[in-house]
Amino acid sequence: MAGQVQNKNDKRKTLARQSAVVRFAGDSGDGMQLAGTQFTDTSAIVGNDIATLPDYPAEIRAPAGTVAGVSGFQINFASEDIYTPGDKVDSLIAMNPAALKAHLPEVKHEGIVVVNETEFNKTNLKKAGYPADYNPLDDDDFLDNYQVYAVPITRLNQESLKETGMGAKDIGRCKNMFALGIIYWLYDRPLETTIKYITSYFTDKKGKPEVAEANIKSLKSGYYFGETAEMFTERYQINRADITPGLYRKVVGNEATAMGLVTASRLSKRDLVYCSYPITPASTVLHALAGMRHYGVKTFQAEDEIAAVCAAIGVSYAGGMGVTGTSGPGLALKSEAIGLAVMTELPLVIVNVQRGGPSTGLPTKTEQSDLLQALWGRNGDCPVAIIAPKSPADCFDTAIEASRIAMEHMIPVIILTDGYIANGSEPWPIPKADDLEPINIQSLPPIDEENKFEPYKRLDEKLARPWASPGNKGYEHRIGGLEKEYDTGNVSYDPDNHQKMTRVRQEKIERIADVVPPLEPHGDMSGDLLVLGWGGTFGAIHTAVERARGKGLSVSSAHLRYLNPMPSNLGDVIKRYKRVLVPELNTGQLRLLVRSKYLVDARGLNKVQGKPFLVEEIEQAIDLMLVDGFGDHEYLMPRNHKVRGDRHAYDFESNEGRAK
Amino acid sequence: MSQALPVLKAKDFASDQDVRWCPGCGDYAILNQVKKTLAKIGAQKESTVFVAGIGCSSRFPYYMGTYGVHSIHGRAPAIATGVKITNPELDVWVVTGDGDALSIGGNHLMHVLRRNVNLKILLFNNRIYGLTKGQYSPTSEIGKRSPSSPMGSIDPPLTPISIALAAEASFVARAVDVDKGLGEVLERAAAHEGSAFVEIYQDCNVFNHGEYSHATDKDTKEDNVLRLVDGEPLLFGKDKDKGIVFTDAKPEVVTVGKGGITLSDIAVHDESDATLAYALGRLRHPDFPEPMGVFRSVQGNRYEEQLLKQVTDAQESRGVGSLDDLFNTGDVYTIEEKNGTHQLHD
Ligand code: SF4
Repeated sequence: MAGQVQNKNDKRKTLARQSAVVRFAGDSGDGMQLAGTQFTDTSAIVGNDIATLPDYPAEIRAPAGTVAGVSGFQINFASEDIYTPGDKVDSLIAMNPAALKAHLPEVKHEGIVVVNETEFNKTNLKKAGYPADYNPLDDDDFLDNYQVYAVPITRLNQESLKETGMGAKDIGRCKNMFALGIIYWLYDRPLETTIKYITSYFTDKKGKPEVAEANIKSLKSGYYFGETAEMFTERYQINRADITPGLYRKVVGNEATAMGLVTASRLSKRDLVYCSYPITPASTVLHALAGMRHYGVKTFQAEDEIAAVCAAIGVSYAGGMGVTGTSGPGLALKSEAIGLAVMTELPLVIVNVQRGGPSTGLPTKTEQSDLLQALWGRNGDCPVAIIAPKSPADCFDTAIEASRIAMEHMIPVIILTDGYIANGSEPWPIPKADDLEPINIQSLPPIDEENKFEPYKRLDEKLARPWASPGNKGYEHRIGGLEKEYDTGNVSYDPDNHQKMTRVRQEKIERIADVVPPLEPHGDMSGDLLVLGWGGTFGAIHTAVERARGKGLSVSSAHLRYLNPMPSNLGDVIKRYKRVLVPELNTGQLRLLVRSKYLVDARGLNKVQGKPFLVEEIEQAIDLMLVDGFGDHEYLMPRNHKVRGDRHAYDFESNEGRAK
Repeated sequence: MSQALPVLKAKDFASDQDVRWCPGCGDYAILNQVKKTLAKIGAQKESTVFVAGIGCSSRFPYYMGTYGVHSIHGRAPAIATGVKITNPELDVWVVTGDGDALSIGGNHLMHVLRRNVNLKILLFNNRIYGLTKGQYSPTSEIGKRSPSSPMGSIDPPLTPISIALAAEASFVARAVDVDKGLGEVLERAAAHEGSAFVEIYQDCNVFNHGEYSHATDKDTKEDNVLRLVDGEPLLFGKDKDKGIVFTDAKPEVVTVGKGGITLSDIAVHDESDATLAYALGRLRHPDFPEPMGVFRSVQGNRYEEQLLKQVTDAQESRGVGSLDDLFNTGDVYTIEEKNGTHQLHD
């Protein structure tokens, strides 16, 4: 491969692997996100399937060297189809003691651990909270259970750059590239993508060719260290995956959401105005769209969450594509205004990137606990459509679909994405703009002297009302939050009218089910167990069910993209299986809906640790379900990667699984 | 040349809905004056939008035959901003009250003014919550007895003019519902390019009647009201012989011809002077006459135009992006048929 020097005398083995999970971990200032992103880009380009999981500290500047300040980036790359960033880590790169302490528990037994030995001094060990006089690098237990490679990365990097004349601090900034170089060697990856990136970023964009040179030097030094130091006894090769040929790029979830919104704007010929207030983990949608002015995109950074959704409603009233984005606490603030959009029957798209709650909760961690808020968190009977993407790339299609429903049905639509897929990435087969289906907005009904415009007169079987925006002569009308008279839209306090309009608003949502594809389970059409999920847990559920099926178990999975309305055949599908398991990153929100709506004894696997499911957690739950359907317990919760099935062995968490 | 636009009369701006304010409410006078003003400035129904929040005043859009939104409490400035940035061609008016704009919606008022979105904001200040039956409002005086303050309110009131000026509003004015000055102020507001903030003293006939009698009674009003004219001395009174002087920035009422005061001693109004505008905003009855008219009027960049300009500038410098351009940004790579090579594109 170009850009690499292969030592012909190298007798070390290269072992083929189907997949590998690598995690870069270091202080938040160590550039681990960049190292991880580069490794991802390179792996995508060599044709692996990829899935990533960045893990940021909540504080931007947590004290250096502490566990709270550790930033991680995990990537799973494979020669087969993968759907998750992986349960257990094959290779950990720990740039300081805190990073080792925080991430070692997730490394496989006998997994590779590369530590930056230079940083394992007394001060840093203390900052990391290790006991006094303890150094893991002297601990036989640690050394016996993992393949530990102690590399003085900071020192070697310094030496390799000492000729450059750069200051110690600037040299230090390049050490992530040294570490990346080692891992590139270990997994036999080419350096070109990263070299190209470094050049375009530092030389072309920042005008600092000397910094580019230094980073490239560090990268290569790391690589040659792997090559020559003979520290590693073997290296690994992960061949390209069997991916459908074509054009690809790697996309991050929030970036895909942003692109989907722009696409929907073009497909509907309505100008996109994205109105938002900065909030983790949704802000990157705002950032992405703010950089797209040349695509005709306007963004409005509002004074607060309420102003953001209200401005978006104003956009829609004026005939534009009004979108607001937020995370859980922001959705709560927007509730009243969403009610106004329901009452005024205007299109509105609300992107909710869910995070750990309640209250401020865990801003940088993932959860799926806003389903019920999205469904019911407003005053009055106030239905909105809800859909959820299943993966980073799926955010693109979901954003288009949400916009389509909003504008064709004249209703607000909430997209429930989450921190995990918003920050995660995967390969995206690039579509052709011409292949995308246009969004058809009803034209205004003709008017004349006899037939005056009636803003609430239904246009079609969707029950959509006409979208008459200011500027249209003869269509002047007033809307608002007071109850509207059917047809005329005038304020009405008539009891029968209110009942009728309440039904109309509900019926509008239900009729979306007519255009929603029926639910198709993956696996068998009937059997012992159906594992039902929604949103970002798709990958883990799919993989776990595949593994269970591989063991010959009668298990199938089904994924709900549409949460409101749900596919019309969901009740029938559920009844074909003896048992139903609903894994969710909350305490059982979809489970509650399914139980109440379909009167089925669904059981839950519920995890609220701010982290996505591990595949093995779902696998264990499947096994337990097949044994006794969780017995008396409505749901179980994993702890330390174990779902406990023995009632007497339940620890605190699993005891929360209430008896029926 | 495009076709000449139809000339509309005041009554053409009415909707077909019955007006439902209490008899004698100051809102009627304002409604009539707004319709007259729209006719006078040649506004068109299809391109005019009234956005209101919640409260008596906020029913306003229902009575206009233009486009309109009766929204939720306090949020009209935000909704109107969305309308205006989407379609800068529209004439967008915000109708709000003292509770709507200064209490629940205080944040939005501040930010719409500082952004200078080209909206006309009419704040009907009746110093009371009318719709909810008479509780004290953020502009009620200390000691106000109301159902929610039976022993008298202990909240000091806000001065709307001060709030607007602090938010860097480019146009700040005040008028009285039944006074001739309202028409002039509305015309000036409509003509202003940028956010125009107009406080209107409005009589709530039911819960706070007579609050502004000092400014409306024929016999006394000229002694209690100071009519602001740019470049003219701050004179008031039936005989226009009383005036305001500032000594060490402290205002004082004087009479021309008495105590050695001549016309040249009287302070001169300057609509570009924010400090003067602030000082004038603090003149209160009964110690001082209350200024009416335009306190401040300056030119600034309009938000919606700047936003649009960023779009056109970006499109000029980078070209109008197509969807295929968008999809193909970043590191695009080709997966060839099996065993092929992978190629990184620029
Ligand atoms: S309560 Fe007061 S402000 Fe409201 S309509 Fe009646 S008189 Fe007017």
